[in-house]
Amino acid sequence: MPENKTVRIANGQGFWGDSILGPIRLVEEGPLDYLTLDYLAEVTMSIMQKLKGRDPSKGYATDFVSLLDRILPTLVEKDIKVVANAGGVNPQACMEAVLEVMRSHGLEGEKVAIVEGDDILDGIDGLMSSGEEFLNMDTGAPLSSVRERVTSANVYLGAFPIAEALATGARIVITGRGTDPGLVLGPMIHEFGWQPGDDDLLAAGTVAGHIVECGAQCTGGNYTDWRSVPDLARVGYPIIEAEADGSFVITKHEATGGAVNIDTVCHQLAYEMGDPAAYLTPDVIADFTSFKIEQDGLDRVRVSGVKGAPATSQYKVSMSYSDGWKSVGELTISGPDALEKARLCAAIVWERLAMDGCEYPEEERLEEYVGAGVCHRGIPEAETDAPPEVILRMGVKGPDKAKVSRFGPELVPLVTSGPPGVTGFAGGRPKAAEIIGFWPSLVTKDKIQTTVSVLTA
Amino acid sequence: MPIVPLSQIAAARSGDKGEGSNVGVLAKSDAAYAFLKEALTREAVAAHMSGINRGAVRRYEADNLRLLNFLLEDSLGGGGSASLLTDAQGKTHGLALLRMELDVPEEILSELES
Repeated sequence: MPENKTVRIANGQGFWGDSILGPIRLVEEGPLDYLTLDYLAEVTMSIMQKLKGRDPSKGYATDFVSLLDRILPTLVEKDIKVVANAGGVNPQACMEAVLEVMRSHGLEGEKVAIVEGDDILDGIDGLMSSGEEFLNMDTGAPLSSVRERVTSANVYLGAFPIAEALATGARIVITGRGTDPGLVLGPMIHEFGWQPGDDDLLAAGTVAGHIVECGAQCTGGNYTDWRSVPDLARVGYPIIEAEADGSFVITKHEATGGAVNIDTVCHQLAYEMGDPAAYLTPDVIADFTSFKIEQDGLDRVRVSGVKGAPATSQYKVSMSYSDGWKSVGELTISGPDALEKARLCAAIVWERLAMDGCEYPEEERLEEYVGAGVCHRGIPEAETDAPPEVILRMGVKGPDKAKVSRFGPELVPLVTSGPPGVTGFAGGRPKAAEIIGFWPSLVTKDKIQTTVSVLTA
Repeated sequence: MPIVPLSQIAAARSGDKGEGSNVGVLAKSDAAYAFLKEALTREAVAAHMSGINRGAVRRYEADNLRLLNFLLEDSLGGGGSASLLTDAQGKTHGLALLRMELDVPEEILSELES
């Protein structure tokens, strides 16, 4: 392979629920080598375990299969490879579904690979008896306090298994839980032959992955100076032009909307950031204070000189557990005197619930007056006493499902038994929904086995 | 020195970090960054965001990005799916911080206007 080759790696899906137009336009509207797609949030893993429990052929991101049905012929024609964490808690089933779609397009001979090993739900007790404590990273609490209620447990795997899967010649690589930047770093490791211990290179790929992992959030979406961003409807999703020396350019396809400049990229560099000097992944510790960032022509930003340090000996583990119930509902209250009437409505609801034996302590209930200033509470210039109308948003939570469920039916009656001008009720009574708690912890790397499997359509 | 909102000399992005949120403040010029490194203290941010954040505030710097990063440790009403708040992910906390009013040296403002 030529030393000076450039590899184009895009991200077309920033989160579960992102627009399908992102990846479709990425493969159709310009050159590309790799398309990465992120489908997993922490809450997703728990939902997928439930689906798999009911039906062993479920538990992965079905949106991914629908997307492939639309783009597979173009992927093959342009020789674009895909890396997606669409496997959820059932990469095997996801692979079967993808192979089926390949055959339906007459693409026999194409390969699909999966990375497994992240799902440790069935191995928790064994790992604990071998000395893994799974102490809560934030609170230090022992896992025993929630062990019986754990519904999913996944290790955040790194990028090397993805590179191994790409080395099989697979068109599509499907993973379960891994780091988001790993989806991008994996193809770089594969293309450039980077090795464990190449810390500056691995850190560079990690920074690149962080910049693109939320899709259009680095190309002009969610940007402070939003009026300066052209054509957000046709916003281009981000593309990395990666080089073997670790330097890279962030860009987007020509003639797409949005903007790529130092400011839009720095906005995303700051997103969900902790200590910028120590960004921990299973592959490396990346230093986000180390590199140079510069404009490199229209809608092109170059990053170079990224420094990294050796990774730790542990993986991060994310477990989810059942943590009680909540119910939230809302009504719209028109003026005149909208806020005063909304406050009366809230007081009526709490009083009626108390009359029926349901009192909710302050930390288990909420009332918000949307339109009078809820997002920026406590900042005087962001609040008003005289909104022309408000949305009264109320909610309760707690361990007792029956008590939480009792709340919803007392919201609607305000339409006829409260002050005048109460409306906006649609979609049925608010119902109790399960709260999914998260238990962040660590596990010794040596105790986790990752495997790569490949099948041909 | 004129009193102006932080938004005149900086931009921001925010998001969730467990039960808290982070707000990255991006200075619009080198002079604005030098000024904010002194003026935008952990204490000043904690006071301005006290209606939103019940926890401690941590502060980090990245000079190469002209970035001051603040972690608000208890700002999401429990965080994740346990929160009852409209903004359960802290998406709007950056704009909340940009409303903070500061005494900014005239030359920083005039350089940004030119």
